[in-house]
This record gives sequence, structure tokens and C-alpha cells, in this order.
Amino acid sequence: MIDLRFRVNGEWRSVRVPPLARLLDVLREHLALTGTKEGCGEGECGACTVLVDGAPVNSCLVPACQVADRDVVTIEGAGHESIQEAFADCGGVQCGICTPGMILATRACLAEWTARGEPCTEAGLRRALAGNLCRCTGYGGIIAAALRAHGGAT
Amino acid sequence: MNAAPTAVYSPRSLATALAVLADRAPVTVLAGGTDLMVELRTGRTQVASVLDLWGVEELRFVRAEAGGVRIGALTTITELRRQPSLGAWPLLAACAADFAAEQIRNRATVGGSLGTASPAADLGPVLWALDAVVRLRSRDGVRDLPIPAFLLGYRRTARRADELIESVWLPGRLPTERGAFVKVGTRDAQSIAKVVVALVASRDAGSGQVTAVRAAAGSVAERTVELASLQELVGRRPDAAALLAVSRVAASRDCAPIDDVRSSAVYRRHALQRVVCDMLTSTLEVPLEDG
Ligand SMILES: Cc1cc2nc3c(=O)[nH]c(=O)nc-3n(C[C@H](O)[C@H](O)[C@H](O)COP(=O)(O)OP(=O)(O)OC[C@H]3O[C@@H](n4cnc5c(N)ncnc54)[C@H](O)[C@@H]3O)c2cc1C
Ligand code: FES
Ligand code: FES
Repeated sequence: MIDLRFRVNGEWRSVRVPPLARLLDVLREHLALTGTKEGCGEGECGACTVLVDGAPVNSCLVPACQVADRDVVTIEGAGHESIQEAFADCGGVQCGICTPGMILATRACLAEWTARGEPCTEAGLRRALAGNLCRCTGYGGIIAAALRAHGGAT
Repeated sequence: MNAAPTAVYSPRSLATALAVLADRAPVTVLAGGTDLMVELRTGRTQVASVLDLWGVEELRFVRAEAGGVRIGALTTITELRRQPSLGAWPLLAACAADFAAEQIRNRATVGGSLGTASPAADLGPVLWALDAVVRLRSRDGVRDLPIPAFLLGYRRTARRADELIESVWLPGRLPTERGAFVKVGTRDAQSIAKVVVALVASRDAGSGQVTAVRAAAGSVAERTVELASLQELVGRRPDAAALLAVSRVAASRDCAPIDDVRSSAVYRRHALQRVVCDMLTSTLEVPLEDG
């Protein structure tokens, strides 16, 4: 077992976990943060997306030992409320399995474009969210929600 | 779940990492984990202990060196897209743009791509076409191996068990050169290539003669392969018919594709020929024939 300390949603947490435990399992099973979902477990679907130091990653492929001393944001964290509301309002959520990952991936790309002064376009969003699969919505509602969250057209 | 490794070493310095490799064999190297974590989960790979490089900041750099650029093994695919100092090697950004999706690009590393020696790796053909030299480092020193001497076979490299992939060096480019990168997959994002090709070509502005061509392809043999037949263009002024002919030769002689879950051998040869012909046409600016 290894001892690990990292920041989750602004709070420092310490855990004792198996050597190559996945960040996904540490969040869900050791820290009871079950908002992060597992879809494929192989990096394909993005359901497990969380932010590490602001960058979106698939927590199913991240060994938890690599987030020691780093900053992790999950769907339970603060700072993406307006995106969550936009998803609810625009029909961006159906079964909800992809939603936590979609929202964090959306948050990351909107933050990046804002910081770099780049426009938020539908084409850009479709590329930025290409690693997040949704089996329910057909993506229209998700793109509309992301555009609304950015303050663009709905 | 996979059998759990007994130990994970997470050193903060390169010297310690090399000592772990030398003293704790057998150890499996872990970078971003986007290949290894999947291999472990599916049970294709089993490990006794793991050397986690993620905290070795000395392997995370891009710097000018000897008229070219040296890229540290832990450089991520995202960094290949963003680093202004890689602007003279636009093939890297082109390859990175088509690589997986954002979440993977933020974790997948250059060293990890080389380490997999996957025949489908997108960076393999790019680094080959750019004449890259891989630097391996052990406690005893360094070895510099050009890509063809490093990628030996299906998921097999020339790396010794006590060596790390430390970095890769790319020579500077000539202003007359044009490059192209094409990946054929099932969708734009998140797809492993059915065929992937990188090509660099130049011609003499005065005579119009081709001065150099270097191209390599992935997913068409058990490892990344050079499209050596294209060398016959050097010193010639090829027209569209010549490019068609040479691309046919390359697709028949330079590769040995197989049928697998992603595609068939027949399709791969066909796609390779078409892609190579298009890439030659655009990089050499050969006018299309009339009628
Ligand atoms: C969903 C998904 C999509 C993908 N899409 C693509 C794609 O589009 N194109 C593509 O080319 N690949 C793709 N990959 C494969 C993978 O992302 C790449 O191979 C990546 O470059 C691996 O880097 P890593 O740092 O994650 O390597 P790791 O998984 O950490 O390591 C990979 C291998 O290299 C060895 N290794 C790593 N670093 C070193 C080092 N410094 N010295 C010695 N050995 C080392 C490891 O022991 C291991 O065998 C994809 C993977 C997934 C899961
Ligand atoms: S569960 Fe991690 S990408 Fe699908
Ligand atoms: S809402 Fe069901 S998978 Fe997206």
C-alpha cells in the first residue's frame, strides 16, 4: 500500500491505497466521491474525466500515485455550476452517465479559450469534447449547453 | 482487475530513476499510463514492480540543441501542439492534433509512444520522416539511436532493461522542405490508425528536381516502416503519372499489412497508395494531369 496526499475540490485529503490504484477508484471507493463515472475503463469514453491541475484527464487511466501533491477537481467540486445549469436547461442530460465527464471537459475547454482569447465555436466544441461519448442525447443538447454556458447563442 | 504490482517507485530525479532500473530489475517503466494502464487492465501485460517517471521533471523539456531540437521523454502530446519552439517542425503539431482526444493528449508522452513500439503509433512515422535520434540513458551513459535502429519489431525496441528513453533529437529543417501527415481512421478523434503516413519532401526551386524524400508509414507492417521506394524520385522531375507509379510500388513493396480488427490488408494497401500519391502531389506541388 502507498500513502498519498492530494487536493480534491479544494480540500487536502490523505489516503492509503494499493500501489497502482486508479485515480477513479480512489475517488469513488476511498473518498466516496461517486459522481465520477466509469464507462469503458480504457480511456475511450471520457465518463471518468476529472481535472488535474486544470487539465482534463481520464481518471480510469491515471495511477493515483501520479496525483500526489496535485489539485484534482471532480463533479462534486465548485466552479462549474453555470455549466451544470446550462446542461439541464438545454437537454444536455438524459441518463446522466456521461454528464460529469462532459461538464468537466466543457469547463476545461471554455476556461482555456477564455484565457487565450479564442472564440468558442460549435466546431471547436465538437473537437474539444471528442473524447466524451454520449449514448443518449445525440450531442445537440450538449453542444447547445456548452455554447450557452460560454455566453454564446443557445 | 490485474495482478497488483508489489512496488511502485516514484523518484523525483533522473539519477534515482536510473538507479532503480539498474538495481531493482525487473521493473516496468510508467510514463502517462495511457498504454500501460490499458495493457494491465486487459491482462496483456503483467508487472512485478513499476518505475513511475511522472515526477522526474528533468525529462520534461523542449530545448534547442545542435541546430535542431531535443524533446524530453515526458513531453506530452498536448505540449507538442502548444510549444512555440516546435514551430519549425509542423508535422509534430499536425500529428498531435489527430492524436486520440484531449484527455489522452494531456497524459500521453513522446517517450511512451516510442516505448510502446506499436506499429500503429502515430508518432513513429513522424519521427522517422524527421530523421529523429532516440537518446537512451542508463547509469553507464547514453546511446543515440536513429529511429530505424530503435524500432526493431512488433512492440520491440533496442532499449536495454537498464535504460530509459531520455529524449529524442530532431535535426533542423531546410526552408525548401514541405511535410505532410495523414492518418486514416474510423473517425477524426480517438481512433487508432488503419493507415498513418508522414512524409517530408523537397525539390530544387531552379531545376525542379526532387532533392529529398523521406516517408514512413504505420499500421501497414509489424512495425513502423520507411517507404523506401520513394527514393527513386530523387533527382527526377516527376509528373502526376510518375507519382502514381511510385506510390503503387511503395504500396506493394514497402509494406506487409495484415487483416485485423481495425482493417484489412487489401484496404490498407489501397489506402496507403492513395494517401502517398496525394501527399507527394501536394508536397512536391505537381500539377494534376488534364483529362
Ligand atoms: C483511448 C486511447 C486513444 C489512443 N489514441 C492514440 C492515437 O491516436 N495515436 C497513438 O499513437 N497512440 C494512441 N494511443 C496510445 C497511447 O496513448 C500512446 O502510445 C502514448 O504515447 C503512450 O504514452 P504514455 O506516456 O501514456 O505511455 P505509458 O503507457 O506510460 O508507457 C507505454 C510504454 O512505454 C514504456 N515507456 C514509457 N516511457 C518510457 C521511457 N521514458 N523510457 C522507457 N520506456 C518507457 C512503458 O514501459 C510502456 O511499455 C491511445 C490510447 C488510448 C487509451
Ligand atoms: S471510463 Fe475512463 S475513459 Fe471510459
Ligand atoms: S446522457 Fe446518457 S450517455 Fe450521455
